[in-house]
Amino acid sequence: MKYIDEFQDPELARRLLDDIHATVTRPWALMEVCGGQTHSIIRHGIDQLLPDEVELIHGPGCPVCVTPLEVIDKALEIASRPEVIFCSFGDMLRVPGTGRDLFQVRAEGGDVRVVYSPLDALRIAQQNPDREVVFFGIGFETTAPPNAMTVHQARKLGIRNFSMLVSHVRVPPAIEAIMSSPSCRVQAFLAAGHVCSVMGVGEYPELAERFRVPIVVTGFEPLDILEGVRRAVHQLERGEHTVDNAYARAVRPEGNAAARTMLEDVFEVTDRAWRGIGVIPGSGWRLSPKYRDHDAEHRFSVTGIRTEEPAECRSGEVLQGLLKPHECEAFGTLCTPRTPLGATMVSSEGACAAYYLYRRLDVPTTTTVREASPVV
Amino acid sequence: MCLAVPGRVLDIEERDGTRMANVDFGGVVKEVCLEYLPDLRVGEYAIVHVGFALQRLDEESARQTLELFAELGLLQEEFGDPWETAAAEAGMDPVEEVRNQ
Repeated sequence: MKYIDEFQDPELARRLLDDIHATVTRPWALMEVCGGQTHSIIRHGIDQLLPDEVELIHGPGCPVCVTPLEVIDKALEIASRPEVIFCSFGDMLRVPGTGRDLFQVRAEGGDVRVVYSPLDALRIAQQNPDREVVFFGIGFETTAPPNAMTVHQARKLGIRNFSMLVSHVRVPPAIEAIMSSPSCRVQAFLAAGHVCSVMGVGEYPELAERFRVPIVVTGFEPLDILEGVRRAVHQLERGEHTVDNAYARAVRPEGNAAARTMLEDVFEVTDRAWRGIGVIPGSGWRLSPKYRDHDAEHRFSVTGIRTEEPAECRSGEVLQGLLKPHECEAFGTLCTPRTPLGATMVSSEGACAAYYLYRRLDVPTTTTVREASPVV
Repeated sequence: MCLAVPGRVLDIEERDGTRMANVDFGGVVKEVCLEYLPDLRVGEYAIVHVGFALQRLDEESARQTLELFAELGLLQEEFGDPWETAAAEAGMDPVEEVRNQ
């Protein structure tokens, strides 16, 4: 669906695109932080509708992609234990650990269950008092409040057989790490809309000022992304660097105060390793000591994990915006959603999966030539 | 994973001291926790992520988003059977499925 006629409001899409084309005078590199935005961009061919001067660099905002391999392996080990019911969101099932994934653990007899909400896992714990129920608590600031509330409830209701394996990540320290990297080419950010629905925009002005980088809070729908790009390009062309909210219908400046209060109670900030990227200081949340009884890291001692990433996988570079998915030699050949080498190829937010699903014909081994964009 | 879907509150009840609601997402009804939006009323819309209402949304925006999500198959992705999806991904060429749609 890359033709402008297929946008929900083609007239508005055309006006936004015309404005971007009329405004841009030189090359700019923008990073969309969130993997949901990446999928929307590739699915709708937004990058191909934009002027050549505007490059979209895909960011690391795919929570299952950046969950460290060691934590995945720990999850696989815990999920294999006979006393455990291991609950997870569906998009973790096929994320490769060292040599296997949750899907295989289940095939080998592990009791792995997919839940829509973390509260479903808590209910499973209530219904199975003789089993250990573990929930895999990953995600960015959007997913952290639901997980925080669930742990809070477990403690309040005294559900002792429930614990959470937590590997939460936060966007602002990632932006700081990206901007501090010597190889950084990013000149503006499209910040992740739903992260800001929770956190508000208060963490971003300091980053915009320090790195002199425009940060535009942006939604996920095609028109939202065009509007985010348009506002970022206007700032860049004017030499400005402020925080702008292009997703006001879902983002209040203060975010969701009740959710932020709960986050502060249940989690504490910690350094976190990002898969393929490395440790980013202060970029994670773990359970605070008050909730230690519900911390799966504490409850299950998992030792002797030896992680091993496939040498061919370059997902770390993809996650840092240094490499486009199809530039990886394994893309579409050794590595497909059916036989993924890295998490970026399986997640519904992974950049490699987006390119494979929606831009398969760009794989160099195929001969079909995709038509050029009709707009411009 | 940060996909949040707009839904309309059908009814509200307290359960285990927690404010819960049945929420309609374009025909799919799910239980949703309202603890983070305690003043949300029956008939109002909110964006919902993994069973939690996170922010209020006006009706028109919500309807437009739901329409788009339905068209793109995102509602199926969010509320469909994840085992089926995973099995399909593991055993079939998903590109074929996308092309055949």
